[in-house]
Amino acid sequence: MNNEEKNNMKRREFLKRLGGGAIAASSVAAIGCSGDKGKKRYVAEGIGGDVPTDAMTYRVNHNSGDKVSILGYGMMRLPMKRDEQDKEIIDQERVNELVDYALAHGVNYFDTAPVYCKGASEKATGIALSRHPRNSYFIATKLSNMRGDNSIEFGKEMFANSLRELQTDYLDYLLLHNLGNKDAYNKRFIENGLLDYLLQQKREGKIRNLGWSFHGEKAFFDFMLDEAGVHWDFIQIQMNYVDWQRGNPTAEYMYKRLAEKNIPVVIMEPLLGGRLAKMNYQAMEMLKEREPEKSVASWAFRFAGSYEGVLTVLSGMTYMEHLQDNIRTYSPLTPLTEEENNMLMDVAKRKMGFENIDCTDCKYCMPCPYGLDIPSIFAHYNRCLDEGRMPQNEMDEDYKQQRREFLIGLERGVPKLRQADHCTGCRECEHHCPQRIRISREMRKIDEFVQKLLGDGRI
Amino acid sequence: MLRKIRIALATIFFVGITALFLDFTGALPAYLGWMAKVQFVPAILALNVSIIVILALLTLLFGRVYCSVICPLGVMQDIVSNLAARRKKARFSYSKAKNVLRVTMLVLFVVALVANAAMLAALIEPYSAYGRIVNNLFAPIYMWGNNLLAYFAEKADSYAFYSVDVWMKGIATFAISAVTFIAITILAAKNGRTWCNTICPVGTVLGALSRYSLLKPTIDTSKCNGCKLCSRNCKASCIDAENHKIDYSRCVACMDCIDTCRKGAIGYRYAGFGTTNAAKETTETKANNSRRQFLSAGAIITTGTLFAQANKKVDGGLAAIEDKKIPERATPVVPAGAGSLKNFTTHCTACQLCVSKCPNDVLRPSSSLDRLMQPEMSFERGFCRPACTACSEVCPNGAIKPIAAEEKSAIKIGTAVWIADNCIANKDGVTCNNCERHCPNGAIKMIRKKDGDKDAPRIPMIDAERCLGCGACEYVCPARPFSAIFVEGIESHRTI
Repeated sequence: MNNEEKNNMKRREFLKRLGGGAIAASSVAAIGCSGDKGKKRYVAEGIGGDVPTDAMTYRVNHNSGDKVSILGYGMMRLPMKRDEQDKEIIDQERVNELVDYALAHGVNYFDTAPVYCKGASEKATGIALSRHPRNSYFIATKLSNMRGDNSIEFGKEMFANSLRELQTDYLDYLLLHNLGNKDAYNKRFIENGLLDYLLQQKREGKIRNLGWSFHGEKAFFDFMLDEAGVHWDFIQIQMNYVDWQRGNPTAEYMYKRLAEKNIPVVIMEPLLGGRLAKMNYQAMEMLKEREPEKSVASWAFRFAGSYEGVLTVLSGMTYMEHLQDNIRTYSPLTPLTEEENNMLMDVAKRKMGFENIDCTDCKYCMPCPYGLDIPSIFAHYNRCLDEGRMPQNEMDEDYKQQRREFLIGLERGVPKLRQADHCTGCRECEHHCPQRIRISREMRKIDEFVQKLLGDGRI
Repeated sequence: MLRKIRIALATIFFVGITALFLDFTGALPAYLGWMAKVQFVPAILALNVSIIVILALLTLLFGRVYCSVICPLGVMQDIVSNLAARRKKARFSYSKAKNVLRVTMLVLFVVALVANAAMLAALIEPYSAYGRIVNNLFAPIYMWGNNLLAYFAEKADSYAFYSVDVWMKGIATFAISAVTFIAITILAAKNGRTWCNTICPVGTVLGALSRYSLLKPTIDTSKCNGCKLCSRNCKASCIDAENHKIDYSRCVACMDCIDTCRKGAIGYRYAGFGTTNAAKETTETKANNSRRQFLSAGAIITTGTLFAQANKKVDGGLAAIEDKKIPERATPVVPAGAGSLKNFTTHCTACQLCVSKCPNDVLRPSSSLDRLMQPEMSFERGFCRPACTACSEVCPNGAIKPIAAEEKSAIKIGTAVWIADNCIANKDGVTCNNCERHCPNGAIKMIRKKDGDKDAPRIPMIDAERCLGCGACEYVCPARPFSAIFVEGIESHRTI
């Protein structure tokens, strides 16, 4: 009782100081460290509790000798705020806090791209990281020439701009961003000589590791590994316990091929855009039964980290509590047992049974030329499914309330003129979608559902 | 006592009707819709004989209690007058009836109705004038209040409130409502029921009846000490205390004088069918046609680039959506239930009750001179959903007659027209079938262009005989600012 109370006090005090925000990372770290007297107290969903500073699991990249933290910081979902003109901009102060905290707790891999956060991520990353010694972290960025201009000049300028924005003269990791098919790969990197230029940069030491991120089909994946004729230092794939046995290729296939070639693997979407953190209650129950005090998300991170060939697992952490929770999960990583792994496969099956739309909210599809807010529409639909609040059957006694919640929630999340009924089916978005969602078909499905639900238009 | 009963009843009616106009959820008409239907002019226009007979009998029995209890514009003036009385008590005095003005206004009103210019009559029709005031002036405040609650509800993860769009539905109607409200407020604050006893046609008609009402307030000359307190507190200025006479054509049976008299000289008594002492003098009146200001709604449209293609910034961002402009319709579109444009324009007194009830933001008051303030349909914010009959449920005038949803889904109120130059299949060479997909009656088919190859984007073909004119195609059409497909009204609705 007495002990419990003491711990409670510490936790509260700890949170209070964190909330202060202005405290430098090092001092926060000190509190985290001294506050821990061998007793660990984890609270549900990873909120509260101590965050170790010196227990992070590291993996070694045998190509460059880099000792990389298993938790990588994805800079795609940075905290935003409104400026004086009510424009959405990156909240640099909070980014700095998060980066400082991450570094102080052993995270040393930061993954950005020229197109993240409407083009503002690299700059914000550069500002935050340049406040620390250059050899204390690894920077990964990408060549994101997916849209429009395939000229070599554009590619060179994008690369040069990344160095400028990140305030550095070399990049630790450079990825050919979002490889989807051979055609586009040839246009973007081969025919214009851009890949040769990048290899030249690597020889000059401006790129230390060259690789690519993948969102395509199996044949193209094999081509890239076996016939591209380039030594790849690392590869970034989407891997999580739902995608492990799903898709073409499955994550299992990709991982196994990379392991056999001994290529370090960087994992993206370990949480499926956050959807493995909030799932339907049925699946959640299965996880909570085992580890009531561990977050739902922690299972997904343990899954991804349990594979030895994985160099780092990227997570786009917008909030301090997510960062803290992930640090805890990986400090140190407890690999999944075979039995736990089987259980996750079971959860995955149940999860897929609900017909979620596989949107990870990456926003590559945006802007829709007709103004739709595609990710928000999908997010609302998925959320209602996950919470089991889908107004599906008029005979349900809950139907009226569910209908009201669905419609009001939709209005709140998506302005009327940006909803599914305004989709023209032009499919402009579809070839940008890394998840290869057939967006216009899904929109049509959602629209039909909503129109039926609306009836006479009264809520 | 009688005064208190009058106030209690008036409160019920006033709150009820105001709530009826403010409610945007569509929940109230089922309970309060009758309060609009018992209004005098709407009942006449709807040829609601039983209501007319009841109101006439009510007046012949009790005097103009209609004006004191049922008419919301009358009660609103009482409220204003009551507030003004807190500053200055006993501020009224007896004046002679301005019968020439009264009769002139009544004649103009009737002529306007008979000459199919209901919208002119609507300007001075009391119930409609009040409806417009609530709809244009009070409803936005009410809705903003609701939106504030919705904001907090959202924070609290509650679905008790949802936010609604507050928008300028018609600037001319807004201006007229504001002018009406200001004018009547000033009149009421200064002189009580001046409006009701000079301009209001309903007041004049009921006044003609109330002269003969069975029960009237009368002065017992044996008790009266001539203090004139009653006269100075009469908001209708109808008590000639000097001669102990009351002008029953102007008395609204408010019972204030009964309570005011300290000698108990005034009582509400059976008076038989006696006439009154209406002033015979004629007063010079100027038929002062109120000047109206018409502001054409020159909507300023913020433009945005639709196809902004950022080369580098592919992540996120919403394309700007250019506001839609209202197309020029040769024939206005009016709701199913109206039967025909003529029936609609001759019956509607522009009370805006249907406008306030339209859940799809389709109805709004017209700014065109010949139908000023009368609702019309347009589809920038939604379309007329076949399952919705909200407007027909509430219209008290018979301008939109009650219909069932099943009936409505077969009533043709307009025809969709395609404009080749606006269609994105032509303009941008992009595939789109939004109009086809959303047509509830399957009246649109996408077909090949005459000279185009078979892979070229298809264009819509409209089956005019199947098209209901609901506006779904116009609403979802991606072409902006003008839709490539829009609804033309038809003079006479028909069942298909």
